[in-house]
Formats: sequence, structure tokens, C-alpha cells
Amino acid sequence: MEQIRAADLKPSFDEMNGFGQGVREPYTAVSGWLNSLRVEDLRKKSAEAELLFRRTGITFAVYGDAEAAERLIPFDMIPRIIAASEWRRLQAGIEQRVKALNAFMYDIYHRQEIIKAGRIPAELVIQNDAFVPEMIGVDPALGIYSHIIGIDIVRTGENDFYVLEDNTRTPSGVSYMLENRETMMHMFPELFAENRVAPVETYPDNLRKTLESVAPDKLDRDPVIAVLTPGLYNSAYFEHAFLADQMGVELVEGPDLVVMDGYLNMKTTQGLCRVDVLYRRIDDAFLDPLTFDANSVLGVPGLFDVYRAGNVTIVNAPGAGIADDKAIYSYIPEIIEFYMGRPPILKNVPTYNCRKPDALKYVLENIAELVVKEVHGSGGYGMLVGPTSTKEEIATFRDRVKARPENYIAQPTLALSTCPTLVEDGIAPRHLDLRPFVLIGDEVRLVPGGLTRVALRKGSLVVNSSQGGGTKDTWVLQD
Amino acid sequence: MLGRTANDLFWLSRYVERAENMARLIEAGYRIALLPRVGGDDGRQEWASTLESAGCAEQYNAKHGTLNTRSVVDFLLFDASNPSSIHACLATARRNARAQRTALTREMWESLNGSWLEFQAIRPDTLRSDALPRILDWVKERSAGYRGAMLNTILRNDTYFFSQLGTFLERADNTARILDVKYYVLLPSTSMIGSSVDNVQWEGILRSVSAHRSYRWVYKDSYRSWRIADYLILNRAMPRSLRACYSQIDSNLSSLESLYGEEKPCLETAKSTLGLLEKGDIDTIFQSGLHEFLLDFISRNNRVAHEISEAYHFNA
Repeated sequence: MEQIRAADLKPSFDEMNGFGQGVREPYTAVSGWLNSLRVEDLRKKSAEAELLFRRTGITFAVYGDAEAAERLIPFDMIPRIIAASEWRRLQAGIEQRVKALNAFMYDIYHRQEIIKAGRIPAELVIQNDAFVPEMIGVDPALGIYSHIIGIDIVRTGENDFYVLEDNTRTPSGVSYMLENRETMMHMFPELFAENRVAPVETYPDNLRKTLESVAPDKLDRDPVIAVLTPGLYNSAYFEHAFLADQMGVELVEGPDLVVMDGYLNMKTTQGLCRVDVLYRRIDDAFLDPLTFDANSVLGVPGLFDVYRAGNVTIVNAPGAGIADDKAIYSYIPEIIEFYMGRPPILKNVPTYNCRKPDALKYVLENIAELVVKEVHGSGGYGMLVGPTSTKEEIATFRDRVKARPENYIAQPTLALSTCPTLVEDGIAPRHLDLRPFVLIGDEVRLVPGGLTRVALRKGSLVVNSSQGGGTKDTWVLQD
Repeated sequence: MLGRTANDLFWLSRYVERAENMARLIEAGYRIALLPRVGGDDGRQEWASTLESAGCAEQYNAKHGTLNTRSVVDFLLFDASNPSSIHACLATARRNARAQRTALTREMWESLNGSWLEFQAIRPDTLRSDALPRILDWVKERSAGYRGAMLNTILRNDTYFFSQLGTFLERADNTARILDVKYYVLLPSTSMIGSSVDNVQWEGILRSVSAHRSYRWVYKDSYRSWRIADYLILNRAMPRSLRACYSQIDSNLSSLESLYGEEKPCLETAKSTLGLLEKGDIDTIFQSGLHEFLLDFISRNNRVAHEISEAYHFNA
């Protein structure tokens, strides 16, 4: 089923070659290195790297795929490179954005000024599934709701960056950012001698500092941090273990935790031990069966009460998903202006909210040219890329949108930038995106880099690993 | 440390040790089964006692009924439904390791993960008969590799202590079981002493704990039943003897107590067991009954394991 059109027709900006005017400056050294290599050498290295990943157990699980309990995310060895000046602009935009997102969450769980000011429709917030009414009036430490945010950024031209999505709940992938760098430095040390690549390995340290900074007040000792995982069958289990290990904190599961005398405790070899900051990697619904989903065995009964009393910090806060809801997304420029008093530095992709009749009409008429997404979907599930879909797929999706318009948004199909990538028939351009990971605590911490995801199928615009995407090492060059 | 982590580390070590012991047991049994038999029973008696030592005779009989080399080897090596098979031991060890990656060093994890990946690549139905010794050697190597990685890289804290406890409790249990199943072979009996059957059986016991060479160095004598028992029960230098295991258990439990600053009954039980082994002499043991002695030891050993899991909240 060859289904590639638009992405082939529209010329895409290439990270290495621009629009074909020759090798761009940041890629000078890497381009030379690539030319000096034979494809077979690269393939051999690639196989070596795969073995390394397999041995290390850097795997993930694909839901709905019983066969492959543990799979590798394909790793491409040709790095994605960002110039220092480009990064400075991204950094400023990202910082502005995450501050605004947190201010927005504080506001809607308190006085709801932005709704009163008529800048965002009340029902979009209040009736949103991601809005957690239990959070109204709760005061999280330092007023921060989303401490770890992954911002998905795409590029369409030399100076054209767009934010495709904010991930304010439990963004994943940072372990790949770190392991990819580790692998590259192991395989090609000479490349790092020729290029001034900013280091990313301070991330775990920054994460620990961030978590410590939001511990409950009045502790007369160092805060105890734990990472809460749903367990080793979760798709991102490797990352949970990796981060706990890199920070030197316990990796706990729901049954390891118990609420006692108003505090959260973990069950240790020496009895109960207080936990002050819980970096949870489970969804809101599963956190506390007494407050949320009563059937959850992943969470801890009574946890939410401890949280509300200010005796534990949950990272990211329950209800933080409201800020990355796809229906809210189109209001982010408004949100930034409202709280930061300045226009956004990073652009949003123009978005049609199908809940609006005229937008719906436009979407249904132009669906074959658009990307349509479920408002609450993630991981590349439940989306349509019009230009690369068959007539039947489009027809099915049109029916779904008609049936529940409020459940969908649509965006123009962007010609995502490409980067040379090793594929079956040699080195060829493939589309990619970028997810930097921002930490928000007593200060905003952002390591120069992120996770670059690459769609390995020719012409494909879906980069998600669950949909067969791969990753690349992401370099931010230093001046 | 989480109670669950301690539990997983303890059992992880037990399963690695068990896989290795199983490899030895199969190796010793296979050698004897290959020999021309005095009674000519195609190794049936040998495999029956091997299954007994491995503690899975009942399960085997329920599944297979008849004893033959192919089925027994398959059951002990590759059968995932047999929880003591090498397959199951490696799978469980690797699962525990994955659940406790944060407690393991990278070297330990990679050793276990590598073993599991390689083991999975073996296709039992395509194996030629000469492959068996190679596979058994490989299992022993991987187990040694894991222990080497652990000893070389792990912090000397509770992670280490719980891992060591698992290893030595499992090892003590294994040595005691082998002896118990074969105790009648060691009993002094006038008719068979010095016969070739005796020698083969005795060597088999020593082989199953990798001691057939070192025995000669220690005793400078040919195999004698009471010396074999003495060697495996009371000798302080023999690394798989009950006494050596208990001096390790004692020292690791003592270290745990001083780390946590709390006294626990498991150390008491371990110390009294060690005392028994330090003071014991083999003549007395034979007089009051080797079988009874070993049964008592196995139950003490189980009690120590149980008390450890209680004291350190393994299943809190």
C-alpha cells in the first residue's frame, strides 16, 4: 500500500541541505564525515549499536502487540544538529511557554481570571475530561503544576519552527535522549572531537534538583524522592528505572507505598520510610483509588488527601493534563499573551477546532489535505494524515468526525523538515520532529538538546515510536 | 531499600545459583547414565535420584511417566513449566533483575540479560547430543560471570548482603539435598565397599558440586565415603560445603544487623546452625544418622530463609 503524496510533492526543508542550496553551516563537519564513510560501514556500526541497546535492555513495549513484548526503538546514527543561535531562540520560546502553561493551570484551578476575561470559553475548561475538579483550590509547592514538560517542535524552513504539541502530563523519551548520546560517543568519539556539542548528561542531576526544590515546606532533612512506575510491563518501564537509577532514588510501585498518619510512606527493609516527592509515571486516574478510579491497583489509597494537605508533592500535579489538551492547544497563543503580556516567541500550528461549526465545515471539505487528531489521543494513535491516507481511511475518519466533532481538531499538513537517515536503500531524507525536555522548579532548567524522532517510512509524517518511528542523537552546537 | 527490592535481589541470586547447580547435577547424572551399567537399567535409577536431588521428581512423573535421558534432560534444562529448570531459573532471574534494575549495576544487568538472550536463541529440538556438555558449561560460565560482575561492581551495602544471602542459602540447600538423596551410597556397607559402582557414585556426588578434583588435594587419598561427607558438610575450605555456606550467611547477616542497627532472630538461628557445623564431627553424624542430620539441616536452612524474609519485610 504505497500511500505517499503530499510529503513528496511539497519540497521539505532539509536540516543538512536546506532547500537544496548546499550543506548548511552546522552540518559542515558531519557532512564531510558522512562522505568519508561507506554505507556498509554505517550499517555495520548500526548493527553494533543495536546489539548494544539490546544488551543494555533499552526497550519499550508496543500496546496491542503481544508478540513483541520488548522492542527496540530504531536508532539512526546520523545526528540531527541545531546551531547555537537557533537553540537560543527555541530556548527563549520554550521558557516563555512553560511559564505561561503553569500560570494558566494555577489560574484555572483558582480564580479562573482567563475565563472571566472571556479569553477562553468556560466549557472548554470545565467540561474537559482533563480538568480535575478535585484540584480546585489546591496549592502545589511553588504554584507549579507541570514540572516536566516535553514540547514537540517541528520545523518547516530556515526560521520556521512550530510547536505541534505540549506534553504536560508525563512526557517520556528523555532516557533515549541520554542513551542515544551515550551510544554516539561510544561509537564515534572522533565526531565529538570535531564538533562542539553541548552536553546533555546533566539532565538527571537537574531533574533531582527540580524535584528537591518542590518538596513540601518545613522538612528538617533532605527530601526523599521516589519514582512511581506502573511496573515492568509498562511501555516506558526502562525509562522509569533509568531515571530512578540516574538520580539515585527508589523506583516504587503502588503496592510499595502506603498512607499512614497523613503521610506517604514506602515499605522498606527497615519498616516504613517517608516519601516527600513522588515523581509518578502513572496517569491521574490511577493515582488514588479513593479519589479517582476506584479499580486502580497501580496507585495508593489516600494519596490525594496527603497531597491536598501539602505533605507530599506529586510531580506532575494531578490535573496537569488540562494544559496539553488538544482543544486547549489552539488557545495557547492567547494564554501566553494573557499571562506573559507578550506575544508568543514560538508559533502554534493553525488549528481548527471541529467543535466550531465553520471550522467543522472547513475540515470536512478539506479533510484529504489535513492532519486530523483526536482531542485526547496521544502516541500517534487515532490520527489521520490526510495526504498520505487512502480514500477508505479518509472516508472512515470523516464519519467519525461528523459523529463527534468536539472530539477532533485538524491542522494543515506541514512539510516537516527532513534529515539524512540510513534506510534500506542507502542514505535518504526522512521527516523528523524535536522534543526538548524542560524542568520547572525553583528555576527553569533546560538541557541543550532533546529527543529527535524520525519517521523511517519514506514520506511518512508520523514519527511516534509506537508507529514505527526511530530516534536520532540531537546536537546543539556551542558557539 | 524497599522490602520488595530485597526480596527480588535475594531470589535473583537464588535462581542464578540454582541454574548453576542444576547444570552440575545434570552433568553428573549424564556421565553416570552414559556408563555401562552393572544392573543395566539405562540410567533410570540415576535419573530418578537426580530428579529427587533437584526436588522435582513428582512433577516429572506427573508429566512424563517414564524415565529416559532425553526427557529428563529436556525437563531439567528447557521446560519452562518446571519452575526449577534452567530455563525457568534464568527467566525468573532476569525478570527480577529487570524489576530491580536500579539496584543492580550495569554489569550485573548486562550479564543476566545477555544470558537470557543467548539462552532464548537455543533451539532444543535441533540440538545434537554432543551439544549438551557445551550448554551445561555455558550455564556455569554465565553464572560465574554474573557473580563476578556482582563481586566486582556492587556496593558493599544491603544490596550485596541480600544477594549473598540468596546465593549461600540456595547453595547450602543444594549441597544438603544432593547428599541426602545419595546418603545411602555413602553409608558404610560391607558388600559394596571399594567396588567400581561405589567409586562412580562417589565421584558423581563430588562432581555435582565441582569437588572431584579438589578432594584429592585436600585428602590426598582415594574416595572414601566418610571423607566425602566430611568434605561436603564440615570442611571450612570447600566453598560449597554446608559449613562454608553458613559462615558466609553468618557474616552477611551480621553485616546487615550492624548496617541497620537492629537485632533479628534470623541471625540467632544462623549462628546456632553454624555452631553445629563448626563443632560437629563426621563420626557422630554417621552414628546418629546422616539422613536425619541432613533433614534437620534442610529445615533449619528453610527457617533462616523464612526469618530473613520476615525480619526485612520482603512481603510487606
